[in-house]
Amino acid sequence: MANFTKATSIYDWLNQRLAIEKVEKVLGSEYWIPKNINFLWAMGMILVVTFVLLLVSGIFLLMYYQPNVDTAFDSVNFTIMREVGYGWLWRHVHGVAASVVFLIIYIHMFTGIYYGSYKKGREMIWISGMLLFVAFSAEAFSGYMLPWGQMSYWAGMVITNLFAGGSLHADGLVEWIRGDYVPAQAFLTRFFMLHVLLVPLAIIGLIGLHFGALRIPHVNNLDGEEIDFEAESKKYLAGDKAGSKVIRFSNDFMSKDMMVVGFYLVFFFYLVFYHYGFAMDPVNFDPADGLKTPAHIYPEWYFLWSYEILRPFSTDIGLMAFAFSQVIFVALPFLDRSPNAVPASRRGLFKYWFWAMLIDMIALTAMGKLPPEGAFSTIGFVAAVVFIGLWIALPIITYFEKKV
Amino acid sequence: MFANILISEINMNDNSRRGFMGKAFGGVAAVGAVASLFAMKRSWDPLPSVKAAGFTTLDMLGYKENELVTEKWRGKPIFVLKYTEEMLEAMDEAQKPRVITVGEASYLVTLGLCTHLGCIPSYEKEDKSFACACHGGTYDIVGNVTKSPPPRALDIPPFTIKGNTLVLGEVGPEWLKMKENGLTL
Repeated sequence: MANFTKATSIYDWLNQRLAIEKVEKVLGSEYWIPKNINFLWAMGMILVVTFVLLLVSGIFLLMYYQPNVDTAFDSVNFTIMREVGYGWLWRHVHGVAASVVFLIIYIHMFTGIYYGSYKKGREMIWISGMLLFVAFSAEAFSGYMLPWGQMSYWAGMVITNLFAGGSLHADGLVEWIRGDYVPAQAFLTRFFMLHVLLVPLAIIGLIGLHFGALRIPHVNNLDGEEIDFEAESKKYLAGDKAGSKVIRFSNDFMSKDMMVVGFYLVFFFYLVFYHYGFAMDPVNFDPADGLKTPAHIYPEWYFLWSYEILRPFSTDIGLMAFAFSQVIFVALPFLDRSPNAVPASRRGLFKYWFWAMLIDMIALTAMGKLPPEGAFSTIGFVAAVVFIGLWIALPIITYFEKKV
Repeated sequence: MFANILISEINMNDNSRRGFMGKAFGGVAAVGAVASLFAMKRSWDPLPSVKAAGFTTLDMLGYKENELVTEKWRGKPIFVLKYTEEMLEAMDEAQKPRVITVGEASYLVTLGLCTHLGCIPSYEKEDKSFACACHGGTYDIVGNVTKSPPPRALDIPPFTIKGNTLVLGEVGPEWLKMKENGLTL
């Protein structure tokens, strides 16, 4: 047993038992962040804050929501929205945050791609981040089922139908996933379980992995410079704060982070209070009806790009293209053959690849929302082909990239 | 990854007592893991009550000619249309095999879901055809595709004929023959 002495203060008492001083240093004051970064490096903290908003609002919704096909719709649209004091606030926070979290995830992802933050020891950061993206997608989809409106029902029908694998007609698998021939009580209760327990558990675990993956390679910087964190932190602690290339995570970097979070929260609560409609599909204010399909079935905006990759092709090819688009981002650190971990602007052809990919995904998103007719259909098809083509081109153009 | 950790911990070539203990522990744990996975899989299966409710009996005497009725089977819409004499006479060889005859009368019985993306087509009484509003697919009076995108004709649910009734969900010889001839999935 360790040697315990009479504590001189509560802090000392805790420190002897929990080593809180050491923990604080490891997690905060001696966790080093490069100075050479910009506001895009605050997206991680914004995501943490948004996740907490989702968690807190979710806890309050959970107190009144009823996962039952007969009462779910009313428990959301009547009980929570009209009867529960400030119930509307939790619902709108939850709905808006679920949508905005994907906007921030996409910014976070494309920042990583632009600055090469998935290379040279940072591969696990990228991979765990993409697993988080998958988990968040599952969380968003399962949550979308819960109000049991028309869009809930038909999105549930269409997405679970994907598991039939087109011509494979694996209807048994689809029925197994649903627990019924169509989305019904078993389906609602199991997606409720996934949404409030299993997937959030996975997300929390993956966030731990994502943060853990950062510790050894540290955060990237604007020039992709390989910083000797050991030496720079010594310089900082010796008093040369101006000469050191790093600062403390807390409170120094956190104070900058929180300023960006502050701006974000102004934007976020503006949406919650004045512009929440974009996160609430009007079609979903009709109760689920298995005998009536809505005229257009489309996903929320953040899934539109992959939906548009599915849509313009015949069933089987569409499914393969869709599956490709879902997994290919994970492989980015291995498909990028160049050793250069610098911003895309200094990487020759990769610069054009980056912007082409970004624009292509925006085009896919826009076309996914429009009905698949005429010119839209053609643009969507071209954008889907370009998406696949860009990924095939990536190893080739990065293989021939000049070393900087 | 977990299996690798297990295997590296338990030296399979080690015949010592420790090696034996490791293998015994690993074996029991593996059996337990497989058994748990089986239980988890079974817990996700459709319940017996759901499966038992998977049959719908239709009294075929109750339908009127050229009037589409939408029944419900396994939560999905089922189109039932009693053909008129003129309709039957106008049919060609590609259409006739899809007609279901119960007693004296003949019917269309199909799933009311477009084979493209699962929207519900509407019946055009004048035109004697089905049209899907979602992506413009059309079907003729027996459910064969007359305009793409639908990849195949309207599916015919498994059925068996019992007197004047049709039991949906039970495979009968008439349906089996249709399936073998590739008329439905």
